[in-house]
Amino acid sequence: MGEPNGLDSKLMTVGEAVERFVRDGQQIAVGGFTINRNPMALVYEIARRRIRDLHLVAHSNGQALDVLVGAGCVSRIEVAYGGNGRFAPTCIRFRKAVERGEVLVEDYTNNQMSLRFLAGALSVPFIPSKSGLGTDVLRQEGFPPKIRDGVKVARKKVHVMADPFGHPDDDVALLPALTPDVSLIHAQQVSTDGTVRIKGLTFADLEQCKAASVVVVTCEEIVPESYLRIDPDQNALPPFLVDAVVPVPYGAHPTACRSFYDYDPKHLNLYKAMAKDDEQWATYLDEWVYGIGSWDAYLDKVGGAQLAHIRANTVAGYAPGLDRR
Amino acid sequence: MADPTHTPSAPSPGATPTPPPAYTAREMMAIAAGRLIKDGDVLFAGTGVAMLAATVAKRIHAPRAHIFFETGGIGPQLEELPMAVADSRVMAYSNLNAGLVEAFSYVANRRLHTIAFLGAAQIDRYGNLNSTVIGDYRHPKVRFSGSGGACDAGSLASGFLVFMHHGRRKFVEKLDYLTTPGWLTGGESRRHAGYRRGGPLAVVSDLGVMKFDEATKEMYLAEYYPGVTTGEVTENTGFTMDVTRAAEATPPDAEELRILRDEVDPQRLILG
Repeated sequence: MGEPNGLDSKLMTVGEAVERFVRDGQQIAVGGFTINRNPMALVYEIARRRIRDLHLVAHSNGQALDVLVGAGCVSRIEVAYGGNGRFAPTCIRFRKAVERGEVLVEDYTNNQMSLRFLAGALSVPFIPSKSGLGTDVLRQEGFPPKIRDGVKVARKKVHVMADPFGHPDDDVALLPALTPDVSLIHAQQVSTDGTVRIKGLTFADLEQCKAASVVVVTCEEIVPESYLRIDPDQNALPPFLVDAVVPVPYGAHPTACRSFYDYDPKHLNLYKAMAKDDEQWATYLDEWVYGIGSWDAYLDKVGGAQLAHIRANTVAGYAPGLDRR
Repeated sequence: MADPTHTPSAPSPGATPTPPPAYTAREMMAIAAGRLIKDGDVLFAGTGVAMLAATVAKRIHAPRAHIFFETGGIGPQLEELPMAVADSRVMAYSNLNAGLVEAFSYVANRRLHTIAFLGAAQIDRYGNLNSTVIGDYRHPKVRFSGSGGACDAGSLASGFLVFMHHGRRKFVEKLDYLTTPGWLTGGESRRHAGYRRGGPLAVVSDLGVMKFDEATKEMYLAEYYPGVTTGEVTENTGFTMDVTRAAEATPPDAEELRILRDEVDPQRLILG
């Protein structure tokens, strides 16, 4: 869908990107992993616009998943892991929503979800895996048969069969490909021609973007095309896969963005405290999501000193000595 | 079964001029696990105590071991302790930075002896793990994080170590949900399910170290920590476990504790 040349038609604000590309009921893939490089500015905008009935697909998403679920935007989740490292071994609003039956969950594993994105990227209908044989991950279906339309939800969770090339007793699990409507990711740099550079781990962001129908990238900065062409080995996605580019400094806050900033322990601890209680959670949403008029206002609320504390060391890529308790 | 009132031998009077260093159960767990690692192993590190133990193994017991993370961080220096497998600290000064698909190509790689470090909410006698739900899967009483990469590591790695707090609600007769394959139903069942290698090697709890019988694949107590009785282990285990083969574990020495406290987790982020 993306155009081969020029960034002008793709450059937009967070509001414009969500307005144009994210709709009720879509299947969306959210990039990053637990406390790193979650596309939070987009997530807050989706929550603010009160988009509903999203079908979230992710491997180990943390903060983005929890805010989207907690804000009531999500009705179905295919996921491997809903946790936030030491800050929340199980994502708090995710846990409450599942225990209250407010969302449907289909569990896979990290390897399985990455392979499913890879299958979508390669336009193959399924992909084999040796993970989970003999476990409930393969035996138990979380989604009821009535939503298994064979379009956005596979007709079955997994198909176990004998390896057609191996011993007849040697089972293999076939996993359905994923082709999300929209992939949302946050990157460090996008060039003036729309090439994307991710520093540090790419997680499964590249596979999920290649599998999706629309790709929205928020980034820390726009850099000259000539700069990303000097060392193209470091680039992650070509311009022709990218539909929207949104420059948002600190756009992954409170999750980390290597070489730019660390995760924000102060905010994640505040989040943890407020997410535990329904009333406090409503206050959190009012204060940090619904009541925030602009990204500048969000950053002002985080505070200049805190942003300085989490600023990444140029060499290490994180904030050495940051108080992470 | 051993006499449940069995206690570790008391120190002989007047034998120790300097008292052994005091340490916490968490510190003992990290060090006990580190000692199980062979130099040159390739370590797949999880979160929490599992992360601590992999770091301890590399710093103390197996300096030529390689640590990597399912997120794609391969061979980082870990100058600071990561708080999640996606922490930017797993990307700093690494051999290389990749993604999940590539990371699992190391987990599953037939040339590598890959040992994974995992935690869970429940474990059964065959070392199968639950990190998904308590109660019915579709209507759970308690929801946990889910597999993440644990099921993959349990399926594909050469072996895995499990970190658990000992208790009857954790060491259970039957899992509420089987997330990560251990020895499945024991004996040859893991191989029959289609796995070519792997399985749980040991369980490190706050009371001791459990291993698995070579033939039956049932868990037995291999070591209890100083000050712990085999009776305590039995009381805190929800299934029958052989404790007759158990010996007392060697306590952490001063150097192990110094490295753990001063170098690995000086902020006590995981040690608490």
